[in-house]
Amino acid sequence: MSEFLQQLDPVSLLSITLITATPLTLAALGGMMCERSGVVNIALEGIMLTGAFIGYAVAFFTHNLWIGVAAAVLSGMIIASLHAVLSISLLVDQIVSGMVINIMAVGITGVFYRTYLESATSAGPGTLPHWNVPVLSSIPVIGPIFFENQFVTYAMLVLILVVHFVLFRTVWGLRTRACGEHPRAAETAGINVHFVRYVNVITSGALAGLGGAYFSLQQIGNFLPNMTGGRGYIALAAMIFGKWTPVGAFGASLLFSGSDQIGSRMQSVFHVQIPLQFLGMLPYLLTIVVLAGAMGRAIAPAAVGRPYKKE
Amino acid sequence: MAGWRRWLLSAVLVPLVSVICGFAVGAIAIVAAGADPLMAYSALFAGAFTNHNALAETLVSTTPYVLLGLAVAIGFRAGLFNIGAEGQFYIGSLSGVFVAYSIRGLPGIVEVPLAMIAGMLGGALWASIAGALKARFGAHEVITTIMLNYVSFLVASYLVDTPGLMLARNVSTPRTPDIDAGAVLPNLLPGSRLHLGFVLALIAVPIVWFLIERTTIGFRLRAVGFNQNAARAAGMSVGRTIVLTMALSGALAGAAGIVQILGVNFHMTDTVAAGYGFDAIAVALLARSNPWGVLPAALLFGALHNGASFMQLETQVSADLISIVQASVIIFVAAPAIVGWLFRLRRAPTETVAITQREVDAPTT
Repeated sequence: MSEFLQQLDPVSLLSITLITATPLTLAALGGMMCERSGVVNIALEGIMLTGAFIGYAVAFFTHNLWIGVAAAVLSGMIIASLHAVLSISLLVDQIVSGMVINIMAVGITGVFYRTYLESATSAGPGTLPHWNVPVLSSIPVIGPIFFENQFVTYAMLVLILVVHFVLFRTVWGLRTRACGEHPRAAETAGINVHFVRYVNVITSGALAGLGGAYFSLQQIGNFLPNMTGGRGYIALAAMIFGKWTPVGAFGASLLFSGSDQIGSRMQSVFHVQIPLQFLGMLPYLLTIVVLAGAMGRAIAPAAVGRPYKKE
Repeated sequence: MAGWRRWLLSAVLVPLVSVICGFAVGAIAIVAAGADPLMAYSALFAGAFTNHNALAETLVSTTPYVLLGLAVAIGFRAGLFNIGAEGQFYIGSLSGVFVAYSIRGLPGIVEVPLAMIAGMLGGALWASIAGALKARFGAHEVITTIMLNYVSFLVASYLVDTPGLMLARNVSTPRTPDIDAGAVLPNLLPGSRLHLGFVLALIAVPIVWFLIERTTIGFRLRAVGFNQNAARAAGMSVGRTIVLTMALSGALAGAAGIVQILGVNFHMTDTVAAGYGFDAIAVALLARSNPWGVLPAALLFGALHNGASFMQLETQVSADLISIVQASVIIFVAAPAIVGWLFRLRRAPTETVAITQREVDAPTT
């Protein structure tokens, strides 16, 4: 039994699950801020890719990881403001606008990576340091999972609570949700719908940009073309599966990243051959299932996807 | 007369100006990447049209774009945003290639149609899942088709990688067996890869146009796209029309997939496609969802796709540049207000382009 536990190593399993859930959760939180205010955000993938690239490029040239993280967040906000201008002010279809950003991100990161970074020979900026929280990190089981992490993972844990508080306990959150459910009523109550949507879309860029920094600055300390590899869409799935709530999205992200880890352990520990592709399908299939109303229906904010014209 | 001018503005001028603006944005990116835009674009042009065999290769790349552009456009006309063309392309390739390597020794006139039907059926069934989910449960087709795209990649990867399923014997990289010689689409231009699929794509354009504009099915499809409530009040089954439209859209995407197999690849690998499906959305937007407009739009994308690698070889500007050009073109097409503002058009087309006729929360007064 003990040998079995040693092989399964549940603590490291949970730890890796939490770490790999980091970018998913951050992007899902971003998508949530955006969609709660009534703007669909399928651009999470592109925003993360941009954040990963700009974060790495800035860290590379300034030799400072923290400036890199800040740059990732800022670049996410900038590219998200393009989504905001297009979809809120210019009334471009929000799906089209999001798609434009995803395509644009591949182009920008690809072109500038090739020109400035691909053949760079000097050493990279490395990865963000591990911080062990004093006292707490020595708690068995919980310590190694939660309190021996890197910056982006800590930030994610804090931001789950922050987004939850902002959305459900503040005036801003109430206004955000009002704009997402019934913008005309919100406007009548004196809320500037366009302003609220702008701020929320740009905030979503900051969150997804930070999620992008995970890939290049926390995980491997390098940038690779298209390194987000569709994780922005899994984040979208996590947001829906979590029913547009921060805690739900976090749980969904853990489920999705955990199923990957469990899949690989299944083969090494139990010698059970579940094709990895089937486990990979899980996030997408579960999302379709909740959208179809089985397992408790996921209901999007009522006005999501609809541009709002002022009177 | 006024209607004619309006048509000229929206169907010709705006897309044309958008393409020019898209290349202008691309030029800025080239300068920022420290290269000469003029050299990069002339290499792109040479790679797409004037080099040896370049034109034929451009037409080869244009072929899937025509079929996929039609697939997305037909969805748009019914108010459906089919982001899943990529996945339907995959499933169509899978089901088609299965038939094409399983049958042996029949004449081409039998084998090609069989494989085509299998591919189109696969794409149609896959797409109608999203259609049925929308019709039955109101699940938004954008989200379900995105999710189904990834499921389809994984299905393909599973089938192609697993011995005893579709994995060929004695191959170094996982792929399906080669298709039967009889199922190969005839070559049109000796010494090039141009194949009969290009002609099939050309024939599909008037067929789809006729289907949308001149048949009862097309009328229902447009009615549902225009106003679901009115369509329902007129006694049409909105749900059935949605499923049927998605199936038609998926059949075209599946046709693109199997034509690519029968004409170019001859087998299927497990690697993820080149993002044809996403480009196809841009093609349909640029074409303003008009089947005839799909032709020039697809030719543009085929040329970009084909010229990009030569440009990268000649000028060191990454082939990803064309993504910047494409994204910019879509911005200008989808936000005609920008074009109007840039050129101070007297009667700027300020109305929003209703992509999928989604409801705009606008004042009723």
